[in-house]
Amino acid sequence: MVQQHSTAVRPEQHAAVGSDPWRGFHGDAWRDRVDVAAFVRDNVTPYRGDAQFLAGPTPRTIQLWNRLRDMFVAERERGIYDVDPHTPATITSHAPGWIDRDRELIVGLQTDAPLRRAIMPNGGLRMVENGLTAYGFAMDPQVRRIFTTYRKTHNAGVFDAYPADVLAARRSHIVTGLPDAYGRGRIIGDYRRVALYGVDRLVAERAAIKASLDDRPGTEEVIRDREELAEQIRALGELKEMAAGYGHDISAPATTGREAIQWLYFAYLAATKEQNGAAMSLGRTSTFVDVYLDRDIAEGRLTESAAQELIDDFVIKLRIIRFLRTPEYDELFSGDPTWVTEAIGGVDAGGRPLVTRTSFRYLQTLYNLGPAPEPNLTVLWSADLPAGFKRFCAQVSLDTSAIQYENDDLIRPAYSDDTAIACCVSAMRVGKDMQYFGARANLAKALLYAINGGRDEISGEQVAPATPPVSDDVLDYDTVLAAFDRTLDWLARTYVRALNVIHYMHDKYAYERLEMALHDHPVHRFLATGIAGLSVAVDSLSAIKHAQVKVLRDSTGLVTDYAVDGDYPAFGNNDDRADAIAVDLVRRFMDKVREQPTYRGAEPSLSVLTITSNVVYGKHTGNTPDGRRLGEPFAPGANPMNGRDTHGLVAAALSVAKLPYASARDGISLTATVTPDGLGRTRDEQIDNLVGVLDGYTDSGGFHLNVNVLDRATLEDAMAHPERYPQLTIRVSGYAVNFVRLTREQQRDVISRTVHGRL
Amino acid sequence: MTRMVWLSRPHLVPAGAVVGSVHSFDTSTGVDGPGTRFVAFLAGCPLRCRFCHSPDTWYQRSGRAMTVDDLVTEIRRYERFIKVAGGGVTLSGGEPLQQARFTTAVLRRCAELGLHTALDTSGFLGDRATPELLDATDLVLLDIKSWDPATYRRVTRTGEIAPTLRFARRLAERGTPIWIRFVLVPGLTDDPANVAGVADFVATLPTVQRVEVLPFHRLGAHKYRELGLPFPCADTEPPTPELLDRVRAQFTDRGLVAR
Repeated sequence: MVQQHSTAVRPEQHAAVGSDPWRGFHGDAWRDRVDVAAFVRDNVTPYRGDAQFLAGPTPRTIQLWNRLRDMFVAERERGIYDVDPHTPATITSHAPGWIDRDRELIVGLQTDAPLRRAIMPNGGLRMVENGLTAYGFAMDPQVRRIFTTYRKTHNAGVFDAYPADVLAARRSHIVTGLPDAYGRGRIIGDYRRVALYGVDRLVAERAAIKASLDDRPGTEEVIRDREELAEQIRALGELKEMAAGYGHDISAPATTGREAIQWLYFAYLAATKEQNGAAMSLGRTSTFVDVYLDRDIAEGRLTESAAQELIDDFVIKLRIIRFLRTPEYDELFSGDPTWVTEAIGGVDAGGRPLVTRTSFRYLQTLYNLGPAPEPNLTVLWSADLPAGFKRFCAQVSLDTSAIQYENDDLIRPAYSDDTAIACCVSAMRVGKDMQYFGARANLAKALLYAINGGRDEISGEQVAPATPPVSDDVLDYDTVLAAFDRTLDWLARTYVRALNVIHYMHDKYAYERLEMALHDHPVHRFLATGIAGLSVAVDSLSAIKHAQVKVLRDSTGLVTDYAVDGDYPAFGNNDDRADAIAVDLVRRFMDKVREQPTYRGAEPSLSVLTITSNVVYGKHTGNTPDGRRLGEPFAPGANPMNGRDTHGLVAAALSVAKLPYASARDGISLTATVTPDGLGRTRDEQIDNLVGVLDGYTDSGGFHLNVNVLDRATLEDAMAHPERYPQLTIRVSGYAVNFVRLTREQQRDVISRTVHGRL
Repeated sequence: MTRMVWLSRPHLVPAGAVVGSVHSFDTSTGVDGPGTRFVAFLAGCPLRCRFCHSPDTWYQRSGRAMTVDDLVTEIRRYERFIKVAGGGVTLSGGEPLQQARFTTAVLRRCAELGLHTALDTSGFLGDRATPELLDATDLVLLDIKSWDPATYRRVTRTGEIAPTLRFARRLAERGTPIWIRFVLVPGLTDDPANVAGVADFVATLPTVQRVEVLPFHRLGAHKYRELGLPFPCADTEPPTPELLDRVRAQFTDRGLVAR
């Protein structure tokens, strides 16, 4: 499997391939209009074999990667490796940069040097300033003057327009993680378009769309569309200019696999140069790239080792995408994540696998370069995936714990067979859908507000509108549920109002010019809300219903604690008495979100996902009626509370699988950690059994599964000796992190979570 | 036992209404038979093995009364997952043959549902396994605690080896697949002659598919503390990898598949 030779085509050779870029490609639909999905459908060569064909890293790859690994050590010590504090980033703001110019096959960096971060003040100046200060850099006075005197930021705009109840909800942490100080992210440009069509064709397409609006009435909507299209065209021009700086003319379509990867990467890179998006996802590229690599191999221009080397080089670039963020941001979303999410696998509308050799090659990078959290490799799992691919995925999970799974059999009918994942679990049709995302509503805290008549259980402050507090000493289920329902009305209204303000301002002051240039017009918009603390709220309601919960009030009448007498069924045990409450809560909150007016007519959706923010949410939430103590972390995503899922992972998974996808179309996240022994006694059995569990979970309607195969001792040792585990990767809710880059608090939370010895 | 209803004329009771005492149930993968399995731990065991990691299952009265219908209803919540994932149902304990009538009825119902069934037993009560019970059993996980009769008694404190051997031969004769389990406890079951005896015997059983050598662990120690019972193996260390290798080799040397 390890062939250590490189036969990658060098630039001087492949420059000679000046022939028809579309030679040998099939189908017509994609030629006349921009339609990459049709191209993939017409040209995919599904691969049904096993992983035997894969090649190991070349010496070149190893040398290049080792050079970066040394830099990672310094980066981890200092927090960031370097930053350019003087140059607000644009697509063309920085001179070309290289890791090792003579050794790179795929080129392009966000700034003029690797790991050197850029500032992006359009999102918010304070984020830039705090980010710089935290790592010992000073704000450039001129940058400050520009972005205070001459140019308004997204952040400034949002705070001009926030209503008072949003400010109160934000301050009390009942809504946390609003992207009002930095880029919103979760928008995936269809970067493949640049490779397939070249920039000039895309500019012409945009110009034609813009011209088609000339006869429309001069409404605000039409004027805004025309301005946005003009900006998109400008960004495409800058993309060409940036590529030219690296010696590439990308005005025409790519002619080889190497060019296809390079063109695609330039487009993605340009997006990361102009946007500090919370999640800058890549899309669904492996099978697209495979068409080109397959043609090169057929034409005798590439060996397997050389094809793998190109993918390895591409992935090295994706692993060093960086943004300047603050320690507060890190507390919410730990480990410096960028969510370069790539969706791999799945099947097409007719049930034909979209798995290719390049799908395997992407996963193989976790061996060739070692495990890593980015890119966020996401397998779209379907019952109909080929057995060889299923087994390889399970093997990669066993060996690296670095990949996540999402249910293609749910996603495909709801979206399309050319759907990618933004961030962690958010499905969107590539180039057709975008989303206005932000934050989570804390349902556990909302329950406490309901009991306390809208007062905050920690500060005592009146945050939600004053309602009569629950006066009983022993909580009555129907009374509490009625009060909770009213609180959720307020919460949904306040939350969506916040999002509307944020996305209005983001479109105005920090518009994603390049990413939106790589979408259809008009684009379909989602307004993606989220909830946190689901299992805490469910268990609290279950305790009120099935046990006896007495309230304890302080001198001001504020309920600050609860005494639970008796047992209650907890969420995560495949027990409908608790699970039905969870189903009802998800449905109930989504129904309330649906009633709200949304900015630009966006379609509302909901996710049950916290990433690592479950720790912070818990920190800001008082004692809850399920017996959880003030400050104790929530379970991540849709997970049951730690230790309360007593019937094994399958029972927990089946509880989570009951949550209605129709009411949580933005995704439902479950993170599971098993020990290797908990999957079987031999490696072969462990692989087969994990495949079985994934099939079973998908079949039962489960949406997302993070799989960690680890033992507790390894994590404890990594806490004690981080230097020995620089690449130890684990899945947290929706993404992967280097374990050693988590805060101590988050490390402890991960370790305390149920590790299923018996699955 | 106070919560259990014992009926005076059990032969008149429909099978679904037969009451058993169930300690707990769980799901597991790859450790209680093939694939992902629903595992019911029945309460009550006649043995008192020194290394036992579940002393909370010793007494039948400590379980929860469930009818066959109750337990099968619970199993059916997992039926589809198990069928898709590949796996089945394992009745474990405690000692499931202590409640042979209940065990028979549950295994039969599982077999009727098309689920793979496994019986996890010491074989000490093997004589209670009726042909009807064994007809509904696809696999027996047979725990042979030791070979040497004195060692067997020392390990189990209350048991003897002969019924287990008799049961094993019966299973082999009727063609029931067997996975042998041998718990390796340093200083207690690791004597080479003791292991050789088990291995020689097992090698004569044609339906044995594999031997699982299970390393002793102390994860059950807290249960003894909670129950106020002394844990006889409190100071025993888990076996070293070398010891595990030696014992596994004693089985593989005889042509057996040992894990």
